[in-house]
Amino acid sequence: MLKLEKRPQQSKKWIYLSPFLAVVITMISGGILFTILGENPFEAIRIIFWDPLFDPNFASYSRPQLLVKAGPLILIAIGLSFGFKAGVWNIGAEGQYIMGAIFGAGLALAFYPMESKLIFPLMIIAGALGGFLWGMIPAFLKAKLNTNEILVSLMLVYVAESILASVSQGLLKNPDGYGFPGSRNLQKYESAANVEIISNSGMHWGVLFAFITVIFSYIVLTRHIQGFNIQLTGEAPRAAKFAGVNPTANIVFCLGISGTLAGLAGMFEVAGPSGQITIEFNSGYGFTAIIVAFLGRLHPVGILLSGLLIALTYIGGELAQLMLGLPGASIQLFQGMLLFFLLATDLFANYRVKIGTN
Amino acid sequence: MIKKLLELDGISKSYPGVIANSNISFDINIGEVHALLGENGAGKSTLVKIIYGLVKPDSGNLLLNGAPFKPGTPSEARQAGIAMVFQHFSLFEALTVAENISLGMDNPPNQKDLGEKIKSVSEAYGLPLDPAKTVGALSVGERQRVEIIRCLLQNPKLLVMDEPTSVLTPQEVDVLFKTLLKLKSEGTSILYISHKLEEIRKLCDTATILRLGKKVDTCTPKNTSTKKLAEMMVGSSIKAPKKINKPAGRILLKIENVCSLSKSQFGTPLTNITFDLKQGEILGIGGVAGNGQDELFAVLSGEQISQKGSISFNESNITKFTPNQRRKIGLLSAPEERLGHAAAPNMSLIENILITAEQSQDLVSNGFIDWEKSKAFAEKVIKEFDVRTPGSKNTAGSLSGGNLQKFVIGREILQNPTVFIVNQPTWGVDAAAASSIRQALLTLSESGAAILVISQDLDELLEISDRFAALNEGTLSQIKKTADLSFEQIGLMMGGAKDLEARNA
Repeated sequence: MLKLEKRPQQSKKWIYLSPFLAVVITMISGGILFTILGENPFEAIRIIFWDPLFDPNFASYSRPQLLVKAGPLILIAIGLSFGFKAGVWNIGAEGQYIMGAIFGAGLALAFYPMESKLIFPLMIIAGALGGFLWGMIPAFLKAKLNTNEILVSLMLVYVAESILASVSQGLLKNPDGYGFPGSRNLQKYESAANVEIISNSGMHWGVLFAFITVIFSYIVLTRHIQGFNIQLTGEAPRAAKFAGVNPTANIVFCLGISGTLAGLAGMFEVAGPSGQITIEFNSGYGFTAIIVAFLGRLHPVGILLSGLLIALTYIGGELAQLMLGLPGASIQLFQGMLLFFLLATDLFANYRVKIGTN
Repeated sequence: MIKKLLELDGISKSYPGVIANSNISFDINIGEVHALLGENGAGKSTLVKIIYGLVKPDSGNLLLNGAPFKPGTPSEARQAGIAMVFQHFSLFEALTVAENISLGMDNPPNQKDLGEKIKSVSEAYGLPLDPAKTVGALSVGERQRVEIIRCLLQNPKLLVMDEPTSVLTPQEVDVLFKTLLKLKSEGTSILYISHKLEEIRKLCDTATILRLGKKVDTCTPKNTSTKKLAEMMVGSSIKAPKKINKPAGRILLKIENVCSLSKSQFGTPLTNITFDLKQGEILGIGGVAGNGQDELFAVLSGEQISQKGSISFNESNITKFTPNQRRKIGLLSAPEERLGHAAAPNMSLIENILITAEQSQDLVSNGFIDWEKSKAFAEKVIKEFDVRTPGSKNTAGSLSGGNLQKFVIGREILQNPTVFIVNQPTWGVDAAAASSIRQALLTLSESGAAILVISQDLDELLEISDRFAALNEGTLSQIKKTADLSFEQIGLMMGGAKDLEARNA
């Protein structure tokens, strides 16, 4: 008979091993799923995980896409990881991402068609501010009225989506757009365009920001007292209060930094790969980043790697749709399974399996 | 002819990493008060849970009245005539006494009949209790009565009591003992779990002593000296802390008319607390749990700001100071709850150092943590306070209660506090660690620090404190010199002034 036995101390080995195990189990379950759909499972897995990077026909297009997709995921997930460590559950990064994009694009369009080197830096500030302010709503309500930040931040996503729909048909609508909804294309506005830093690499300014954020977050979490206070709050809220950590300041910091980074991601997206504000501008990065954060163990380096992996499933999924005609939902299923199996394998960090008699 | 009620034969039970019970055998006779004596972690609770059907033994047999007895659930044990009063009560504070009692019954009668039954049983056994009262409004002693009466309504053959006196005043203990002796005279057996030796010598006919999961001996406590019992329980002789009497110095901490509301609904608000704490003295604050101890600690540590009154330190007003501002001027504190309050269980000892020692040890500069310095201080605490752990990188949660408590107390003492506030310094700690913690407190006071010890362990307070006061329903009794106090007086102080007047009238 199999029995679960609680470990006296959390296993460090399993904390790091379980994401890899989750990836393997996801591939196996995905393979079974593809078999049921009538595809060769090995081919499907190869198309998703291997071909985007190494197939000579696709790699030249797909490789840069890897960074384009991973950039916002990493940027948002790093921000979320602070809150998740402290027990502040910001589920509304998607909304903060939208508001960052609207603020950034709005600022650029206000200056249009003026050309200046200052516009892009100002857009970065505006994008960060948009996300920050949107994150402050649940923070303020939680600190003052003790509302649940999970619900408030999530509900604000839908508010942000409505604002997005409104501005793409109104305030920010392209006057030369023949009446179609959507803003001017910022990529065609030199001072506002978020261009590739190295051509054909996918490495735009947002990706650079994501990498800098990884380093910044690593330093804060391992060396800085603010990072320590965040982790202490998550581990033992009473001990944190005893240590003098101000719970309100902590909530504001966590929602502020995750809102800011999500806003930045939105701004870089609208000024770069997406180019314009449209009704369907947001593509779920804010939600997928939650998976990225947990798959990366809320650790900056882990988030960097898991961001790249999830980006790969996006690109590979698109390729599989194209090559095998797999349904688009199958890739969301893939990402969902990853989180599911991660949570399941996490059991082994706290428990060990004992085989034996009663 | 003595008849055996319950026989335990070779009971063993192990959990991952610990052997809780190893081959334990003893008998409980009919109409006997049998003590189960041992330190925390000796295996008393596991053994009792086996008898009550909460835990299945790995091996060994139980015989009840000569027949094999294998309770699979507590309700099977209850049907066989075994009742238990737990150390931690399982009562709903928002319900009445009668409602609480009917919830624990397998076939509850209607509330009116039950109420009358409760009244008659409670009067018969000298445990006055109003069945219509809400449990939230009862004192801890009264809550225990609810649990006892719940058991008595089942007419048990064996009543198991887990550390019943740890929450009672000396007078309440006397009432309880009278009840237990009456039960005994009616032929009920009692299994009495405790680590208080005097109590056991007074009450029990037989004592079985456990140490580290093994039975050490079964003896007659009346014929065994307290010292011998203690040695059997602990396994070695314990050095009692030495107290030197010296004159107290000037006033360091002055508390005037402090009032504070409690955060939890059933907590106890503090009303008009006034006292001073002098250099070089230990002031002991006794009282039954839940009479405002946690609230008093929070107001002094700075986790809660008092609504009224003032706190001054060295004649400067610190009423509104945060915990860190208080630490800065030398007012340090150690809370009761080790895991989650004094320390974060999943963090290493090095990280746990930062919780309180950040400022005094200068562990952070420009916001950046000096991990080397933190580690050095953690290792100093481990070394000087004899904390048994493989290393400073181990988590706080992996330490035993006694070792973690030594770490928590050592972390504060090595910062050389001017005033040190400590709540339950030796709660749930083994005797050797408790003795070394008390010695450390005495040494600290000799070096000129002022110490406030809040504790429910009267023996501890009598041993180390110079002056004594009791908390009762959020008010503080008069403060008296410990040397002049009798147990009788202490009991009256703990019961509150009202009892005192009633007795004098």
